Amino acid sequence: MAHPARHSSMLSTSNNVQTAAPQTEKQLPTPQIQTPSQATPGLRVPSNRKTIYDRHLNRSRNAELSRASFAFLFGEMVTYAQRRVTGIQDLERRLNEQGYPLGLRLLDLLFYRTISTSSSSTLTSSSTSASPPNRPLRILPLLHLIHGPLWRLLFNRPADALEHSVSPDTPNEYMITDNDPLVNTYISVPKEMNQLNCAAFVAGIIEGVCDGCGFEAKVTAHNQPTEMWPSRTIFLLRFGESVMEREKVLERAGVK
Amino acid sequence: MSYYFTILSPTDAPLFNIAFGTSKSGGDGIARFRFPEASQNTYMTQFIINSSLDMLEEAQWMNGNMYLKHIDTYPPAAAYISAFLTPSGTRFVLLHQPPQPNIPASATTSGAAGSMSMSLSASTSSSSTGGGLFGGSGSSGRTSSSSIAANPTAPQTEEAVRQFMSEVYEGYVKTVMSPFYRRGMEIKSPVFRGKVSAAGRKWL
Repeated sequence: MAHPARHSSMLSTSNNVQTAAPQTEKQLPTPQIQTPSQATPGLRVPSNRKTIYDRHLNRSRNAELSRASFAFLFGEMVTYAQRRVTGIQDLERRLNEQGYPLGLRLLDLLFYRTISTSSSSTLTSSSTSASPPNRPLRILPLLHLIHGPLWRLLFNRPADALEHSVSPDTPNEYMITDNDPLVNTYISVPKEMNQLNCAAFVAGIIEGVCDGCGFEAKVTAHNQPTEMWPSRTIFLLRFGESVMEREKVLERAGVK
Repeated sequence: MSYYFTILSPTDAPLFNIAFGTSKSGGDGIARFRFPEASQNTYMTQFIINSSLDMLEEAQWMNGNMYLKHIDTYPPAAAYISAFLTPSGTRFVLLHQPPQPNIPASATTSGAAGSMSMSLSASTSSSSTGGGLFGGSGSSGRTSSSSIAANPTAPQTEEAVRQFMSEVYEGYVKTVMSPFYRRGMEIKSPVFRGKVSAAGRKWL
C-alpha cells in the first residue's frame, strides 16, 4: 500500500533540486534496465536506446525548475506526510525521512560535478592532487560544504549563517541559518501548528549529507522569525558522540 | 595482470563484483589468478579484498582524497590493493596481481598454478601469459616492463587505476541518482557491468 506512493514521493523529492530536476525523466527507464536477468539479450532498452548510463550528469547542471511546479509538488509531499501522523513531531520526522535519501545522492552528485568541471578546466595538467576536492574529514569542512556548495546546488545561493553553539554543555551543536527558505515560501502553517517547520525536509537532506560523510548527526529545523525575515529558519545539527570523539583524535593527529 | 574489482557499501555489503584481465600489451582480458592452490581462485580474491578493509578505514580519516592509491599488499599471492572512496562512504576496491609473482613460489605450487594457466591460455591461444611462464620470471619481467602490469606501485599504474576508478565513479553516481536505487542495494544493471569492463579495457 505504502510502496507505490513512496515512489511518487521519491520522484517529487528529486524535483526539489532545481539543478537536478530533469533527471526525473531520465531516471524513468531504470526499471526496464534492471531486470532480474543478467544476460544482455533479456535487457530491455528504452526506445531511444539511451539508458541512464548514456546520459551526461552535467546536462541538467544549469537547468532550473519552475518554482510553481516545485511549490505544487512540495505541497503534495507535505500533504502526503501529514496523513496518519500522530503530531507535529511525527510530521517533521516524515519530512526528514523524505529528504534523507536525497542528501545521500546529492553528496555523490556534488563531488562528481566538482571533479568533472575541475578536470575539464585543467585537462592538460596531469597533477592528481590539485583538482579533485577532498572528502570532509573534520566537522568544519563538512559544514562549509553544506553551507556553500550544497546550498548553491539546491537553492542557487549559499546559506545565510553558520554558527557554533556558545554553550559549553553542547559543543556538538552547530547551526545553519537560512533567512528565507525556498521550501517554506508557499507553505502557510495554521496557527495551531505554529511549531511546525516544513524545512524539516531540508534538515533531512542535511542529515543525509552528514551521515553519508560518516558524521552521525541529528538535524532539526526551527522557526526563528525576525522583523525582517518572518520565515527565518535555523537548522540545528547535533553530532553524535562518536563524531566528537573522532574529532578530538583527528585534531591531535593534525588532520584538517 | 589479473584484476578483481569490488564495490562495497559503507556497511561492508558487496554491491558489485567483476574479475577481468589486462587488455594491454596483447592481453586477452581474461583474469588468471595464481594462488597457491587452484581451488582458491574463486574466493581468495574476495578474502584478500575484505582483509584490506582495516587498512582502508585507517587511511580513510588520514587522507581526504577520494582515491587512496595503493593501500595494502598481500605478499603470499603478490596481490596489490588499491582503493577509492566515494564521499558517501562506498568503497571501490581493486585487487591487482602481476603476471609473475615478485617472490619465488615453491616448486610444487608454481607447477600447479602454471598448469592451470597453461590450459587456459592454450584454449585462447594467448601468448603473453604462457610465454612468461615458459620463459621464467626474468624474461616476463623484461617483456612487460613497459606495461602497467610490471610494477603495481609505479606512478603510471596509480594514474591508470585512478582513471579507471573515476570512470567507474561516474557510472556509480548515475546508478545512485536513480530514484529506484536505495543505499546498500546490489548493482545488477548489465549496462553498468559493461561500463566497468570497458573502463578496465581502456585503462588497465
